[in-house]
Amino acid sequence: MQNAPRVRTLVSPHRLNSRRGRIVYWSVLVFMLVTFTLVFVFPLYWMVTGALKSPEELSQIPPTPFPTGGFNWDAYAEAWDLLDLGTLLKNTVLYAVGAWLFTMAVDVTAAYALSKLRPVFGGAILGGMLATLMIPPMVLLLPTYVTVLDLPILHVNLLNTPWAIWLPAAANGFNIFLLKRFFDSIPRELLEAAEMDGASPVRVLWSIVLPISRPILGVVSIFTVINVWRDFVWPLLVLPDTEKMTVSVAINSLSQTMPQNALTAALVIASLPTIIVFFLFQRHIMAGLTAGSLKG
Amino acid sequence: MNVVAIGAGRRRAPTARGRFVRRNLTAYGFLCGALICFAFFSWYPMIREVFLSFQKNNFVSAPKWVGFDNFRAVFADSAFWPAWINTAEFTLLALVIGYVVPFASAVVLNELRHARAYLRFVVYLPVMLPPAVSVLLFKWFYDPGQGLFNQILAFFHLPALSWLDSGSTALVSLVIVSTWMNLGSGTLIYLAALQTIPGELYEAAELDGAGIVKRLRHVTIPQTKLILFVMLLLQIIATMQVFIEPFMLTGGGPENATVTVAYLMYQYAFNFGNFGGGGALGLMLMIVLMVFSVAYLRVAREDPR
Repeated sequence: MQNAPRVRTLVSPHRLNSRRGRIVYWSVLVFMLVTFTLVFVFPLYWMVTGALKSPEELSQIPPTPFPTGGFNWDAYAEAWDLLDLGTLLKNTVLYAVGAWLFTMAVDVTAAYALSKLRPVFGGAILGGMLATLMIPPMVLLLPTYVTVLDLPILHVNLLNTPWAIWLPAAANGFNIFLLKRFFDSIPRELLEAAEMDGASPVRVLWSIVLPISRPILGVVSIFTVINVWRDFVWPLLVLPDTEKMTVSVAINSLSQTMPQNALTAALVIASLPTIIVFFLFQRHIMAGLTAGSLKG
Repeated sequence: MNVVAIGAGRRRAPTARGRFVRRNLTAYGFLCGALICFAFFSWYPMIREVFLSFQKNNFVSAPKWVGFDNFRAVFADSAFWPAWINTAEFTLLALVIGYVVPFASAVVLNELRHARAYLRFVVYLPVMLPPAVSVLLFKWFYDPGQGLFNQILAFFHLPALSWLDSGSTALVSLVIVSTWMNLGSGTLIYLAALQTIPGELYEAAELDGAGIVKRLRHVTIPQTKLILFVMLLLQIIATMQVFIEPFMLTGGGPENATVTVAYLMYQYAFNFGNFGGGGALGLMLMIVLMVFSVAYLRVAREDPR
């Protein structure tokens, strides 16, 4: 209508421009706006405002649609102290940043080697890495946990150490797949020209491949950080110490003992980082999502 | 120029092997980090899973091979069949809403010319929340007394439900949380697929006198058939691993009404200290899911994109 010429979709433009078409279009639009807002935004609104109500107001029946006694920030302070949220957030950031660094260092170099250096058995190694995508993660939960307790050959116990998050995060077949596919699209001539000038493979990777690959590196980075932040089952098992827990795990384990308004405030604090990341990197995240759906 | 190049190549011929070795050494130098990570945390656990399920292991004395004993013990568990039935029921119920609604929403979203960015953002918002947050949020909504859902029912003068506390509604309550958390990704993936359909197809169908329903059936669905099928398999694989919802909301209760295979596996290992039984359940789940994984692989290979 108002916008520049659009790709033709299911409904014909003529139909849409008729009187009846417009009425139907606007009713559908309003219906979608109302339903989506009620279903997806209202629960979040209820969470944020719930955390601003006093305990008495929160247990009031029927509930107040908006905090009546002004904003009550006590719940946030209480949640912060009860959960020691400062430590938890610091832990989770440490796990996420470390996982990101490891993923970058390990997966990028591996994908580059498999894509451009093409060593002997490279195909088999790639196949082995992609095959891990076919095994549902839940199924390997117990054996991976047992491995972390006593690493074969080295006989090290990684329980309650950040390594238990960092190293498994780097063993990500999907990252290898995404990165290798991107590196494959970089023309060989570009790299060969640099090699002719005497650049070492490390230098080629650092000064030529990485700058070109910024979009895919962005997608992999964002997803690595978000996945660590959102993960629940794995940190639940390998970081049982209260001082080592992630935000998600600690909130759940203390949820029974906390007053509802403090718990709700803790939920708001735990979800803020991912929501902020989503605001900032919306386009990358959606691009990564569709890239993921068309794998194969 | 050519002559020089060929000459140069011939002169370097003795070092070709040296370059091959060097290239391989560099490549494996680059690969070693990933090889170690995959070996320890992906490849070895796959083998270890088989070991776990056929051994008796208390992690103090040496493990003992016990054949199918773990499987027999798990089969005899009174929660075994409820776990499988609940998992199947959960998956089917999740498909009813979680599969049809995203596609329908995507088809409608694709027609809209206003507020698209807002709707896309909003539908994906729950996907971004940590799952533990979503589940605890809904736990509060499900509260029989002050919970939001019963308050809404009361507002419309409908009878209150006991949600998580009743065997008849508990599993459905878990499906609702799970669907709310995951609906967004399907919607956006379908939307991206719908945008690749060439407009001429719709125009041609219209010239042939096809109405909206016919165009939907003969253009939209055939054009997105592949992604629809891939997403169906992926969703089945994902939902059959359901764990966090029963773990955080019901603990498998009331009376095994919400115990799932993954949750039972967790219980075996971490509540009963029986990793053999847990391993056996994991292996069974793996075999069932592998059927869908292989199907997915075959379909994804046909993908022309």
